[in-house]
Amino acid sequence: MPSILVYVLHYDGAFNKNSLGAVSEGAKLASAIGGECHAIVVGDKAGLSDELCASLGGYGATKVFRAEGPEGLAQPVVDAMAQVIRAGGHGYALFGGGLLGFEIGAGLAARLDAGVAMEITAVRAEGSKLIAERPILGDSAISEIHYKGDLGIIISRLNAFEIRETGGGAAAVEDVAVEYSPWSTKATMVQRGEQRGEQVNIEDADVLVAGGRGLGKAEGFQLCEDLAGALGGAVAATRAVVDAGWYSYSAQIGQTGKSVAPKLYLAAGISGAIQHKVGMQNSENIVAINKDANAPIFEFSDLGIVGDLNKILPKLTEAVKAKKGG
Amino acid sequence: MKICVLVKEVPDAAVQKRLDPATGRMDRGGEKNLNPYDTHAIEAAMQIKEGGVVPVEEVVAVTMGPDSAVRALHKAVSLGADRSVHLTDAALSGSDVNATGYALAKVLEREQPDLVLLGQQSDDGECYTIGAVVADHLHMPSLTQVVKLDVEDGKLRCERQAEYGYDTVAVELPAVISVGDAINEPRYPSLKAIMGAKKKPLDTLSTSDAGIESARVGVEGSKAQWTAAKAPPAKQAGQIIEDEDTNETVEKIVAWLDERKLI
Amino acid sequence: MSASNGSGAIVPAAYPPPVDSPAEFVKRELDGEDDRIEVGVAIVGGGTAGLACANRLLQLLADDPKTMERLGEVPVAVIEKAKTCGGHNLSGAVMRPGPLQELFPDMTREQWREQGFAFGEVKKEAIYLLPNGRTKIRIPPPPPQRNHGNEVISVAAMCRYMQERAEAAGAYILTETAAAKLLVEDGVVRGVRSGDKGRGKEGEPLANFEPGADVVAKATVLAEGCWGSLTGAAIREFELDEGREPMVWELGVKEVWKVKKPLDRVIHTLAGWPLKISAKYHQIGGSWIYPMKDEKTGDDLVSIGFVIDLEYADATTSAHDLLQKFKTHAMVRDILEGGERVAWGAKAIPAGGYWAMPKLSMPGAVIVGDGGGLVNLAALKGVNYAIQSGIYAAEAIYAAISRGESSLAAYEDAVEESFIGKDLYEVRNTRQPFSKGLIRGGPLVNLMIATKGRFPGGRWALHRNDVQPMFIGDTHKGYPKPDGSYTFDKLSSVFITGNQTRDDAPNHIRVQKHVPREVAETWRWMCPAGVYEIPEDAPEEGPVDVVVNYTNCVQCGAITAKGGRLTTPEGGDGPLYQIT
Repeated sequence: MPSILVYVLHYDGAFNKNSLGAVSEGAKLASAIGGECHAIVVGDKAGLSDELCASLGGYGATKVFRAEGPEGLAQPVVDAMAQVIRAGGHGYALFGGGLLGFEIGAGLAARLDAGVAMEITAVRAEGSKLIAERPILGDSAISEIHYKGDLGIIISRLNAFEIRETGGGAAAVEDVAVEYSPWSTKATMVQRGEQRGEQVNIEDADVLVAGGRGLGKAEGFQLCEDLAGALGGAVAATRAVVDAGWYSYSAQIGQTGKSVAPKLYLAAGISGAIQHKVGMQNSENIVAINKDANAPIFEFSDLGIVGDLNKILPKLTEAVKAKKGG
Repeated sequence: MKICVLVKEVPDAAVQKRLDPATGRMDRGGEKNLNPYDTHAIEAAMQIKEGGVVPVEEVVAVTMGPDSAVRALHKAVSLGADRSVHLTDAALSGSDVNATGYALAKVLEREQPDLVLLGQQSDDGECYTIGAVVADHLHMPSLTQVVKLDVEDGKLRCERQAEYGYDTVAVELPAVISVGDAINEPRYPSLKAIMGAKKKPLDTLSTSDAGIESARVGVEGSKAQWTAAKAPPAKQAGQIIEDEDTNETVEKIVAWLDERKLI
Repeated sequence: MSASNGSGAIVPAAYPPPVDSPAEFVKRELDGEDDRIEVGVAIVGGGTAGLACANRLLQLLADDPKTMERLGEVPVAVIEKAKTCGGHNLSGAVMRPGPLQELFPDMTREQWREQGFAFGEVKKEAIYLLPNGRTKIRIPPPPPQRNHGNEVISVAAMCRYMQERAEAAGAYILTETAAAKLLVEDGVVRGVRSGDKGRGKEGEPLANFEPGADVVAKATVLAEGCWGSLTGAAIREFELDEGREPMVWELGVKEVWKVKKPLDRVIHTLAGWPLKISAKYHQIGGSWIYPMKDEKTGDDLVSIGFVIDLEYADATTSAHDLLQKFKTHAMVRDILEGGERVAWGAKAIPAGGYWAMPKLSMPGAVIVGDGGGLVNLAALKGVNYAIQSGIYAAEAIYAAISRGESSLAAYEDAVEESFIGKDLYEVRNTRQPFSKGLIRGGPLVNLMIATKGRFPGGRWALHRNDVQPMFIGDTHKGYPKPDGSYTFDKLSSVFITGNQTRDDAPNHIRVQKHVPREVAETWRWMCPAGVYEIPEDAPEEGPVDVVVNYTNCVQCGAITAKGGRLTTPEGGDGPLYQIT
């Protein structure tokens, strides 16, 4: 009955939400294969209190391994996880995506000679085995990954796993003294988490309000910015309007711009031509507002509104603010 | 200083991808090109060489792939690499990320580089962060997603985009650094360089030349097994609202968003 | 203030594009010896003609090391602007097998199919006249159009194969490289200059700017196909069109479909539905539907295309939309239904024939293939002539260099005296009568074909496509609304060509930006890639602005025929055709 070890990233006293999703998923999968879900955190003991670590029990972890070590770097975590897995015999290591998840998972695969797969969108149990699923060919097909050997490493796509509070009690916290390899300490963090305000990274936003030609003019983006502000999201743009100089290239989505997969993608005045579609089609919820009932975007939106965005957007912004209790 | 750049040929992004009916995996036929992320790695190597802060004796391009992979090496050389190494062997076919990283590490061991550079991912999406795999096999420090790289004597100062913002990390050499596409704007090769590429030295290695154990590579040596693809679950058709009374429409939208916990 | 020809008619030629051909496309001083690149023979264009020339040349040189040495370190260089040879190539095509068999005598037709560029011998064929969207009338194929024994091929795939052969034989194939200028020194073509890379939207050098280089050669072969930028410059420089009729063009839009049941015959349609064949609308054209059996995958494919003469008068004529409409015909539905579109593309075709062919040689250079107008439109044949002309060019160049001579005129004689010259002469007047409209011109054409060009004889004049007065008619009212699975819009079609033009690449299209609506609409509808747009708030009366979305351009060349100019884009840009 294999157990699952989930890596949990923390920063500034809180756990990363992708990690919480991974713990929730780990708990669900562990019970399906008859094992336990354990978590592992690595960092400054001062920032990893007993309560904080034990709280992972609320997402389904029964045990949390805590190791003192450098923060924000992958290789020390590889050392820590390898040590825990060798001692505990875990059958799977699970990561919730993100830069560190990829780096650690890949390094762990090398260290323990294990199979690793990335960009996983779903995992299922078959008996005591886990099988990972991954979209390929621009999401037009799904490939499966089966693991050979003692350990399978699963790294999900960002936001793939849902956070679920299981109502479980506090997890047991176990301290681990890790023997760090000589090369793990050759990288040292000089400064972590520097914010650079100039460009919002639209790839990380949970909510995107995107504007296209239908806005009519550059000033139309004010409507998008207001709504994005109300929803707590960022603004994105199509190539046509970026070319026309209405918005900055850093916000461009589509074949030659960025690819995004936010929880909510609200498209205002965008026709949904394929060059744009490929950049946002994996968004969880797609809402489209366009005055042309035949716009292609209505073929793949979850909610489509045929109407004048100049009338709808301002009212929607007000309504959202009101709903949020502002 | 000796820099090795790991490069890979990938199906051209413009080629319509499809499934190979025989294997159920992505059809790897059609045009192949040097992985765009790797051109950023080559550019980073050239900038270090031309920067003059540290003397660089040579930049070596290394690839693992079938016969056609020499094109990626020619391109790397036309962009400035001094010579290239081609690891090719039928035994390597079907290697997963770990097996590939192990094989490349063995080739790099022979070269004894001070710095290994590579693109952080490949366009075909199959290998994320192979740099981390290679580094672990080589017992070297590694960083991925590096968007700024400065070399000082014996060490690097790297900036990378992480979950919480930009990190600045000091790394001792020798090291394996995977670069993001934001790090630089790759140069175009001059026509002279393109034409001269085939003349630069190219070593071809088999698994035995590189000391690679066959049991650890190929389909048999790969622990992650990809199987035939299936169609994704059909997406449910969306709902359409015709806006007549905007107040009412907006109410419906808010309710819809609320239902899905998006507000 | 609209310029017109006095009768109030709006004519695209009255709004010439801002281009100064001699100054922009001809370079008269060569770079110093250290900067230039010396090659033996420079072949501009890696299409069927250019690669036939490269392959034949290397075959001859393989047996003659002395002459090979005369050509230096790089005996044969092919300069190709697409990412790979074949990437910008598109044709029907049903090819007469002779020239390719002459070029590669070691290959059987079965091997052509195994290599993936040939798709079956023509066993059955039919020509139809379509009176409407439902019925068809079969007509017997006129002799030039008989295709039995010919092979259905894809030029995009074939050029990839020819590139492999040429490289194996020792050619330097410089892909992603545009030829931007013709090098002319003392009245002799000395080679070409490659295009710059890394310029921004306004042409300004960006951080990674890399200038082109002079490629100096002992002989230059212009194999640019249609539209040949340097070919045009050479024609002007050396007055190669003196005494000739002006060149005219047709535009073809093509799709490749994977189909459920194999098609059993090669089909052509002539005129008729969905064209408006009246003299007023002046729509001349036709279509093809060819079966393709893909030996590599076992798939049954179909190549389907619609061709229209750019002589038409209704500004709303759109070859792409006419193809979509054509697909709604019952006969076509029966062939394509249940299938899946796997490719799309567009290309202009030189249609002037014998009287419009420029002189094919000049001091230091020759013109081969489509660039020289070597297309027999009556028979819809061009690929075999391209290959054959490439072979003749190679032989003439080889002979001249091995004898230490400079004249390449022997090439022209070879073309004229061969079946190329003979065929083209036979059908030399079969297009001009169409300027009288299909009804009045058609029978005349058939007469010419039936009498192998003897009657009526003489030389019939051609007039340029861009002097046709345009009006805004209602052809567009008949276009089907794209449903995204059987009929398609232009943008999603461009998408599947793999068009990867850099967002901040310089604009390679020259048109006047402020023109009468008739001209703007002509461009908007004509362009299969949706490059030209008229802003929604443009005035109904009077001149309008034209928005040029040049990054959509698939480099078909049609704009050059109708008032604009396609100049050399940055190498590597544009579509990446696979199976067109």
